[in-house]
Amino acid sequence: MSNPPEPKSVDPETVIAIRCLNKSFGVQKVLKGIHLDVLRGETMVVMGGSGCGKSTLLRHMIGSIAPDEGSIRLFDQDITVMSEPEMNEMRKRFGILFQSSALFNSLTVGENVALPLREHTKLDQTTIEIMVKIKLELVGLREHADKMPAQLSGGMKKRAGLARAIALDPQILFYDEPSAGLDPVTSAQIDQLIIDLTKKLRVTSVVVTHEMDSAFRIADRMCMLDKGVILKEGPRAEFEALRDSAEESLANDTERLIRQFLRGDPEGPITQRKVQSDYEEDLLMVSLKMD
Amino acid sequence: MSPQDKTPPRSGSVLVRPVTQLGHLTLAVGRRSMGLVGGLFLLMTGALANVLKGILVPSSRLKGEYLVYQMVRVGVRAIPIVVLCELAIGMILPLQMHPKLDEFGQADQIATINAIAAFRELGPLMTAIVLSGFAGASIAAELGTMVTSEEIEALESLALNPVRFLVVPRLLATVVMMILLTVIADVVMVTGGLLTSLRLGIDPDVYYHLTLEALDITGFMTGLVKAGVFGLLIGLIACHLGLSVKPWQGSEGVGQATTNTVVYCIVAIIGADAVFTVIFYAHGLFR
Ligand SMILES: Nc1ncnc2c1ncn2[C@@H]1O[C@H](COP(=O)(O)OP(=O)(O)OP(=O)(O)O)[C@@H](O)[C@H]1O
Ligand SMILES: [Mg+2]
Repeated sequence: MSNPPEPKSVDPETVIAIRCLNKSFGVQKVLKGIHLDVLRGETMVVMGGSGCGKSTLLRHMIGSIAPDEGSIRLFDQDITVMSEPEMNEMRKRFGILFQSSALFNSLTVGENVALPLREHTKLDQTTIEIMVKIKLELVGLREHADKMPAQLSGGMKKRAGLARAIALDPQILFYDEPSAGLDPVTSAQIDQLIIDLTKKLRVTSVVVTHEMDSAFRIADRMCMLDKGVILKEGPRAEFEALRDSAEESLANDTERLIRQFLRGDPEGPITQRKVQSDYEEDLLMVSLKMD
Repeated sequence: MSPQDKTPPRSGSVLVRPVTQLGHLTLAVGRRSMGLVGGLFLLMTGALANVLKGILVPSSRLKGEYLVYQMVRVGVRAIPIVVLCELAIGMILPLQMHPKLDEFGQADQIATINAIAAFRELGPLMTAIVLSGFAGASIAAELGTMVTSEEIEALESLALNPVRFLVVPRLLATVVMMILLTVIADVVMVTGGLLTSLRLGIDPDVYYHLTLEALDITGFMTGLVKAGVFGLLIGLIACHLGLSVKPWQGSEGVGQATTNTVVYCIVAIIGADAVFTVIFYAHGLFR
């Protein structure tokens, strides 16, 4: 390849390598200098508050938005410089579960799962039907193959979306909020599904979530995103230790902030940050504008 | 619309302000229509490339069922309305012409007028206007909704090109169905004229012969060429505006795209009609 040699050579086991990723929407800086490595076969959980840029980060990894700066390497190939046909080849190697499931509403559940198989493989109709049954059985939706997406509940949609994502036996799976808005049991079922898939199919998973229970169930490693920067990245045990430690024992504000997020405490640095923001100034500006 | 387009300049005297506002409005409209024309052109070249690729590389050809599905959805539902409109016009037009023509003892010429009006102008035009509402609006709404529900993004993430997968079948369907519906419309309008003529006591044999006489093959073909182009315009505008909805615009964006599609389609169709008529006339095709 004609790429200049990287200063730090990437480990062959590194499936996803993100370097110095910056992205702004207009004046709003959404991602600021993201560095992240995901290793083969592991489940990386990206946590963070609402609007901190998790979905945006995920959209970069699947190549649906281009970064302002930085590189994103999947299987040691930089997707930010790829042509459309090359990118399409790459897309066949990963699957995505969208935050809103994004099923094709004009197709039945079965056809949704069959679509990538019909378009990207030379399998005959019978084989495809068998494959669809297998994938739907994996997510527990085999009896619902003929339903339209509008007839499914939220949790069923998520599972159908997952069946479609694994249709082409991808090597990487991206999940955007797989358990948001689901009841605890369904949410735990989806988590179990993610764990099973990771183990059975030996896929690498990146899961974006702000549900802490689910995060700790599925993660091998975790990272915490806040206002577009990664505050901390490490094995699950480190985060568990941080969550269970006493507040006074923590050295700095960042750790206290992560601890508050992990525990879901109503009081702490995150809350204080919101109180201190220029609320009075904002009110003042409104009254000034009135004149 | 970007915020700059919306905010009129605050400064300036009462006299200057309307002028500057007019200037800003012109600029905004100009910028928008340039964007629209550019977008339509890009979409057309993209679709054309995909059609060519489909012809040359059989493996990349889209399954026929998608096209059939779109043709049914675009065209079949519109048949009753097209028939109704054209039948009514075919019956009304002769009735309006009759008194004047009868004065000159030319009542039979109703057939000629009706045939020329149907095949050259009202067949394609009325069908296109009906189809703007039927197919154009529904395509724009469908694609816009697919954007807001992340379906387009999902399609791309499955390595399926939305232009190949969504736009090409819809474009082909609008073009083909416009032509087929126009043939139906032509026939129906002539039939409508026949019904009125019978009531007015015109010999059906005379009507039949005068219609055939008025209807030369060029007249018929120019009408169908127009129909095909109208179909292309409807498909392009609807797909472009539908896919231009932004995910965060939600249902409001979809509604806007749908309304704009109908308006832009009708303006584009009438504009194209004028251009075609001038070209055909200048080339002596209407003799
Ligand atoms: N296409 C876009 N154009 C402009 N701004 C955007 C766009 N996409 C996202 N943003 C902004 O970027 C920020 C991060 O959005 P993102 O969707 O990544 O958040 P998130 O962490 O996934 O939140 P949630 O947990 O609620 O899904 C938000 O402030 C959002 O307004
Ligand atoms: Mg999100």
